[in-house]
Amino acid sequence: MTQHPEERRLSGDEVLRVEHMTMRFGGLIAINDLSFSAKRGEITALIGPNGAGKTTVFNCVTGFYKPTMGRILMRRSNGEEFNLERMSDFEINRDAKVSRTFQNIRLFTGLTVLENLLVAQHNALMKSSGFTVLGLLGWRPYKDAAKEAIEKARYWLEMINLVHRADDPAGDLPYGEQRRLEIARAMCTGPEFLCLDEPAAGLNPRESLELNTLLRSIREKHDVSLLLIEHDMSVVMQISDHVVVLEYGAKISDGTPKHVQNDPRVIAAYLGVEDDEVDEVLEEIEEVAEEVSHEHEAGQPTGDAR
Amino acid sequence: MEYFIQQTINGVTLGSVYGMIAIGYTMVYGIIGMINFSHGDVFMLGTFAALIMFLILTSLVAGMGVAAMLLVMMATAIVMSSLWSWVIERIAYRPLRGSFRLAPLITAIGMSIVLSNFIQVTQGPRNKPIPPMVTKVYDVYGVTISLKQILIVLITIVMMTAFWYVVTKTSLGRAQRATEQDRKMAALLGIDVDRTISITFVMGASLAGVAGAMYLMYYGVATFSDGFIPGVKAFTAAVLGGIGSLPGALLGGLLIGLIESLWSAYFSIDYKDVATFSILAIVLIFKPSGLLGRPEIEKV
Amino acid sequence: MTAAAQPPRIPSDDRLKWALREALFAGLISFGMFVLYVGLETTQNIRNQLVLNQRWGLLAILVAIAVVGRFLIVYFIGPWFAARKAAKAAKTEVPTQSLLRRNIGWIALLALLVFPMAMVWLVGPQKSLKWVDNYGVQILIYVMLAWGLNIVVGLAGLLDLGYVAFYAVGAYSYALLSLYFGLSFWTLLPLAGILAAFWGIILGFPVLRLRGDYLAVVTLAFGEIIRLVLINWTDVTQGTFGVSGVPKASIFGIWSFEVGADNNFAKAFGLRQSSAYYKIFLFYVILAMCAVTAVVTIRLRNMPIGRAWEALREDEIACRSLGINTVTTKLTAFSIGAMFGGFAGAFFAARQGFISPESFTFHESAIILAVVVLGGMGSLFGIAVAAIVMIGGTELLREMHFLKTIFGPDFTPELYRMLIFGLAMVIVMVLKPRGLVSVRNPTAFLHERKAVSSAFTKEGHG
Ligand SMILES: Nc1ncnc2c1ncn2[C@@H]1O[C@H](COP(=O)(O)OP(=O)(O)OP(=O)(O)O)[C@@H](O)[C@H]1O
Ligand SMILES: [Mg+2]
Repeated sequence: MTQHPEERRLSGDEVLRVEHMTMRFGGLIAINDLSFSAKRGEITALIGPNGAGKTTVFNCVTGFYKPTMGRILMRRSNGEEFNLERMSDFEINRDAKVSRTFQNIRLFTGLTVLENLLVAQHNALMKSSGFTVLGLLGWRPYKDAAKEAIEKARYWLEMINLVHRADDPAGDLPYGEQRRLEIARAMCTGPEFLCLDEPAAGLNPRESLELNTLLRSIREKHDVSLLLIEHDMSVVMQISDHVVVLEYGAKISDGTPKHVQNDPRVIAAYLGVEDDEVDEVLEEIEEVAEEVSHEHEAGQPTGDAR
Repeated sequence: MEYFIQQTINGVTLGSVYGMIAIGYTMVYGIIGMINFSHGDVFMLGTFAALIMFLILTSLVAGMGVAAMLLVMMATAIVMSSLWSWVIERIAYRPLRGSFRLAPLITAIGMSIVLSNFIQVTQGPRNKPIPPMVTKVYDVYGVTISLKQILIVLITIVMMTAFWYVVTKTSLGRAQRATEQDRKMAALLGIDVDRTISITFVMGASLAGVAGAMYLMYYGVATFSDGFIPGVKAFTAAVLGGIGSLPGALLGGLLIGLIESLWSAYFSIDYKDVATFSILAIVLIFKPSGLLGRPEIEKV
Repeated sequence: MTAAAQPPRIPSDDRLKWALREALFAGLISFGMFVLYVGLETTQNIRNQLVLNQRWGLLAILVAIAVVGRFLIVYFIGPWFAARKAAKAAKTEVPTQSLLRRNIGWIALLALLVFPMAMVWLVGPQKSLKWVDNYGVQILIYVMLAWGLNIVVGLAGLLDLGYVAFYAVGAYSYALLSLYFGLSFWTLLPLAGILAAFWGIILGFPVLRLRGDYLAVVTLAFGEIIRLVLINWTDVTQGTFGVSGVPKASIFGIWSFEVGADNNFAKAFGLRQSSAYYKIFLFYVILAMCAVTAVVTIRLRNMPIGRAWEALREDEIACRSLGINTVTTKLTAFSIGAMFGGFAGAFFAARQGFISPESFTFHESAIILAVVVLGGMGSLFGIAVAAIVMIGGTELLREMHFLKTIFGPDFTPELYRMLIFGLAMVIVMVLKPRGLVSVRNPTAFLHERKAVSSAFTKEGHG
């Protein structure tokens, strides 16, 4: 799946490019000829009304669904490129270093918080245990690797403020903490590209703020690019560098948060107005848009990392 | 050619019996997602109910018509299978509803052991042969069709039609489908879920009872261990046809019956069950949801 | 019929009325259930015709038991149970494990090590046979099988209903290879395990893609196929006649237990000939095999592969999102489980000296699975206890000759063995759906090891 240098198709600052992707479920076209790209080191947000196809985009990118048509290219920091649509889900995580969370949290509820983070380091640990054989015989380097894995887990638990719950079953955590744990678990696989499906859903304002800090530090300290689905506009506006807007499976807007926010098509989509009525209500909408953007600027925390 | 038609007819007869048992598996699986392992033994209880009723009728009521006798035997088998199935559901499955998924499977296996051993203990381990009831045989262009085969196919058609009507056209059927889709929501909408599930068990069991009576009439013998093999075959049929699908169960039953009789006829009778199970495995590997089952897409 | 139907806190005479009504209802139902099967018995007369025997007395007794039993359950046991449950719910903490509990493995091992000697000392070599062989060895075989299946079902959450196939592969591998090629037990034991694991991979590869109950069906089908092949491939397996004269295991080739051999154990030590020595030897062999199984399972659980199995049981999709190759992970669980089944099979053949397809029916798979689930999936200790209770318990029934004095000389307790086994399965499961030991021990900890209550663990989809 590695491409020769002359076949390289992504420019250096691109990390992911989706080209003409279409996904059909029987008669339903969930994604229709979608193209966009995400830049290295940026937080790209994918927004759109319910049922627009955002999660489906994630599932295609991470290999859980195979797109009916189109290409998905991913470029790692070492220059290796991957055709994600040809790879199976676990290879996408293992080789292309794309990691994800789920809209409906999927933790291993019966395992402890710590174990959840250890499972995420499976491939690394498998190697150091000599694919179980050496580890079974008590091989020294494996023991060290196992300790290191626990330290890595501890690091991420500190990042998400959950060290004190390390030995409790993951199913016992409150919702907000489960969401954070899922992000930490995804990070423990050592990704270069992280896809988060509605990480702020169901969080209270304080938790939501903590999440922003977490995501920023993930991007800055760990050299990870993010793709983010989010309904909470304040989160989107505050932390994303680039926003892609979907409606009925098609892209209707693409640009900076500011640009998208003022795009009449976006506003129309969110207010549920038909395309041909856009002009009629444009004026009205602009007023609303203004208000919204003011609100958000006022709502931004001080010490914004950008 | 005659040989082939002959074997096909035998296969269809056998397949009808499997199909009727398979309905019980498929309905229960559809509604509570559980493999009801004791269903084959409920079928066996049906054969024994019919057997005992046959003996009662022959010893008490002299000179009763065969048709009337068959009807009474069938009715007895239906009543006994349904009653037992209802009780089993109440004591062994219902308390485990919503708990650990393997728990009801284990109680079902336990119940299957209980039922076959119960009959072994109370009725003895020997084969129980009865004199043939229906002996008439027709010869159609060199192919022999016995009246009992015709009866079995006819009864299957009648039962299936009645069943299909109940499941698709009545409010009971609607309640069943609603419970199947979303048990909690169905309960919120005022459907008595427990009762619906009970009725599902009883419906499946009554078909198994009919199948039991016909099995006795066809083969003229009953044994306590008769639940297992037909049970497994019928279950195989249900899965082959696509578990949860009623036409699928019948189709699966017919296919299994045909495979069995044609394989015995043309290849080797010893390996007929191997053929059945192999075909099941192959179908599932290439079409995991069975022939008529809806494919499941994992929603992520 | 469920105690749950009881409305909370009803005045006691209402409750009495209610209990009486329930009892009456139970009587009616049980009358209906039993009237044909118990009230009448089909027997053959001298002319080999089926006739009916009447047993109304027995029917009355059963109905009376149902009535009284139901009354007791509703009026006394139900409320007591509810009260106990409430009391239990009040103290939610998982109890900290006492010294005894923590070292139970060592204590059990010690007890097992002295068990055969103690039996010989207590009842003499000849009488000890029954205890060492029928109880000791047989239970340990089931423990080993159940521990092997536990890797597949309990840890990886894959429902395997055809486990006995691998047991059969192991048994026939040993029996045939030792008979045809004269290889010894100690060469064939590992080989039998490897062959079984190999079959595990061959069978597992196509089917492990299947989800949930389909896997159960296909494994059941494979189990049956292997049994049917054993029955019908008469040139090699001698079909239903079985393979007899399977060589005994030797003490690492140094001493033999074959009666005629020069290096016969009893001869070498100048002891009286007795089959007890062989059985005692077998006891230690299977004990060692169980110990190996336990150690390997515990170690594997603490390794990435074992953790991946448990994660797989919890959520397969999440596993894949973490880069875990679920097919190979399942396959390792399946084949390692199969391997232990193969070991146990080889041992079984050496112990019996005779094997036939009869020993490898679906029934056997069901019993092993029942032991795993009743013990509490994933818990080695619970499974061992379940094996002792279920296998030892039904074995005990053979002993209950005093029942003959109660029920008359015609009464054969053996006949009721499986009936009671089945009933016990149902009752234990209804009372303890998560098995005897339902807490999970985490494989790693940061501060302290806390057991995970079964309320959180999932049981797998496959
Ligand atoms: N496995 C599937 N099978 C059939 N249809 C599907 C499947 N997955 C998604 N869809 C359909 O595709 C469309 C897009 O769904 P998707 O989950 O991607 O929306 P979304 O943008 O994530 O919405 P939300 O904001 O509610 O999460 C919906 O109409 C959905 O029903
Ligand atoms: Mg979504």
